[in-house]
Amino acid sequence: MLIEVRWHGRGGQGVVTGSNLLARAMILEGKYAQHFPEFGPERAGAPVKSYTRISDQPIEIHCGIYEPDMVIVIDPVMSKNPQEYVYGLKKGGDIFLNHSGGDEEIVEWARSAGFKLHVLDARKISLEEINREIYNVPMLAAMLKVKKLCSLQTFEKVLAQRFSGKVLEMNLKLVKRASEEVETLVG
Amino acid sequence: MTQVERLAFMGDEAVAYAVKQCNVDVIAAYPITPQTIIVERLSEYVANGELDAAFIPVESEHSAISACVGASLAGARVYTSTCSQGLALMHEILHAASSMRAPIGMTIANRSLNAPLNIHCEHSDVMNARDTGWVHLFANNVQQAYDLTFISFKVAEDPRVLLPVSVNIDAFVLSHSVEPITPITDEDAAKYLPPREYEYPINPDRPITYGTMALPDTYMEFKMQFKEALDRVPEVFEEAVKEYEKISGRRYWYYDSYEIEDADALVIVLGSTYGTVKTAAKKLRAEGLKVGVMGLTMFRPLPEKELVKVLRNMKAVVVMDRAYSYGGLGGPLYTDIIGVLYRNGIRIPAKNIVYGLGGRDFKLDEAEAILRMAEKGVREGGFETHVDWWGVRR
Amino acid sequence: MSAKSDVKKILKGEFTYKTLPMSAMILSPPTSPEYKTGTWRVKKPVIDQSKCIRCLLCWVYCPDMAIMRLEDDHVKIDYDYCKGCGICVSVCPVKAIKMEEG
Repeated sequence: MLIEVRWHGRGGQGVVTGSNLLARAMILEGKYAQHFPEFGPERAGAPVKSYTRISDQPIEIHCGIYEPDMVIVIDPVMSKNPQEYVYGLKKGGDIFLNHSGGDEEIVEWARSAGFKLHVLDARKISLEEINREIYNVPMLAAMLKVKKLCSLQTFEKVLAQRFSGKVLEMNLKLVKRASEEVETLVG
Repeated sequence: MTQVERLAFMGDEAVAYAVKQCNVDVIAAYPITPQTIIVERLSEYVANGELDAAFIPVESEHSAISACVGASLAGARVYTSTCSQGLALMHEILHAASSMRAPIGMTIANRSLNAPLNIHCEHSDVMNARDTGWVHLFANNVQQAYDLTFISFKVAEDPRVLLPVSVNIDAFVLSHSVEPITPITDEDAAKYLPPREYEYPINPDRPITYGTMALPDTYMEFKMQFKEALDRVPEVFEEAVKEYEKISGRRYWYYDSYEIEDADALVIVLGSTYGTVKTAAKKLRAEGLKVGVMGLTMFRPLPEKELVKVLRNMKAVVVMDRAYSYGGLGGPLYTDIIGVLYRNGIRIPAKNIVYGLGGRDFKLDEAEAILRMAEKGVREGGFETHVDWWGVRR
Repeated sequence: MSAKSDVKKILKGEFTYKTLPMSAMILSPPTSPEYKTGTWRVKKPVIDQSKCIRCLLCWVYCPDMAIMRLEDDHVKIDYDYCKGCGICVSVCPVKAIKMEEG
């Protein structure tokens, strides 16, 4: 088993942290995982990519991911044009979008392209829950819920290692909402 | 051997954690770009009282390494970390550190040097420091970055050696990458590295003059002593890795290798690319191609004897360099290897691949192509050119 | 081994790289008192104590620390180490020091 995940978003949205947390959760589950960011000019708002590899065998390879099994787009604006971010995605691969899902055109495109499509309106739920725009944690929670790579309890443990107090509380709220509201549009 | 569970660590976090377990006494650093979070994390450990050390923030890398030399001569266990331009600014004192026989542990997150402006992975920084008399070790992954930190202090502080040691980790690829590692326990770490004992510490009650002048009539003799200290590194390294294996269960050697026993074609690399080439080699082995891979752990002193044992059985070798000796014959590792081949009478074709400069990714299919090229070199008894700048758009 | 015998042996070329101390350390400093640099001198400074105003400028300026400061801030020249450079003569504000033969 080797699962390769590519994350897309913008600088400041936590793309790198999302990928980092996923790797930590998988390692906590006893799997082997690797996270590495693709650093560019490191400006807030610039497009950013990050990568996660997950396996039940030690991972020795050290290079970028070009044919991912999964693409997670955490920026709501980029999520309106997922066609631009799925390059290299394997047939039957999963796309996770920060999107309300009300766009028939995207659904039709995903279906015809042979991708699975999952959406979560992370922007809406984070504004409602914590009055801030946090995308990485709810998008990761949504992915974990759908793909069942690890239990949400494990994910929450990893969040507790990273955050504490109020910030942790806010993140846990988002995990709960995300896992309830993630929707598979093309399965 | 007490096993601790596997933990997720970023490369630079893992190194900082190891340095804390090594119980260093002094850390001197200039934590500004280009840097990693290694010393930042160490300053937190010191501030939180988790590490009883003096953290000396200085005004440049030149001062950082200078402070390290002084502290080391006072008998302290000393650590610093830097990369690219920072290492270049240290350069003058790198020579002083080794020639004054000051053991220092340093992690170099290998990065390119200007210009053009770029701080991504490349080995040019450490290659510029190649001839400074430091021991240079290379880690292939985050676990090795952690483990080699312990081994580096063990070798550096041995009275037979007393030299600074660098542990090189590929910037970003390892320094900013999360991987699982299995740490050793604090108890094992303390046993492996008991407090440092040094025969000639700076001490007002027993004055010693350090850093004296040596004129032409004695200078070469002092340098000869120093050269011999480096010659003693292999025996000390072998003891250090054996003892480390007892507590960690992980075996280190001058190199890591994959299927070299019966290989005809060998690819030699430094750093994290080893894993990528190894992964590609597994596939080619399944096709029946007799390819082997070597990831050199000890770059300086160059383990000539061990290299000869392997190279003697090969029919062709491809050496991969993530740096270039401009105006020279090729990359620095390649020129070493052709030297080893020539003076040991091994007449096999050798080719140099210069790759990944400025952080350019080196992909799995490219690794496969290099292995096939090595194998073709065996079949055809040679290579078309000596040096290829891999993947350059022409 | 004393600093003196170390230095003598090295000066005579009686050493190999193995017998030299590590990294040119001097394990029994100071070695400079072993060098009586007074033998380098051609002319020597002589102080007229009746003119000396105890300003200590010569003591400050002497590059070889060959001017000794006495209890009452009078000065005395240590001819074992004075190389006869004459700096004390030129800094003395009352011309109390003169260079003489010997």
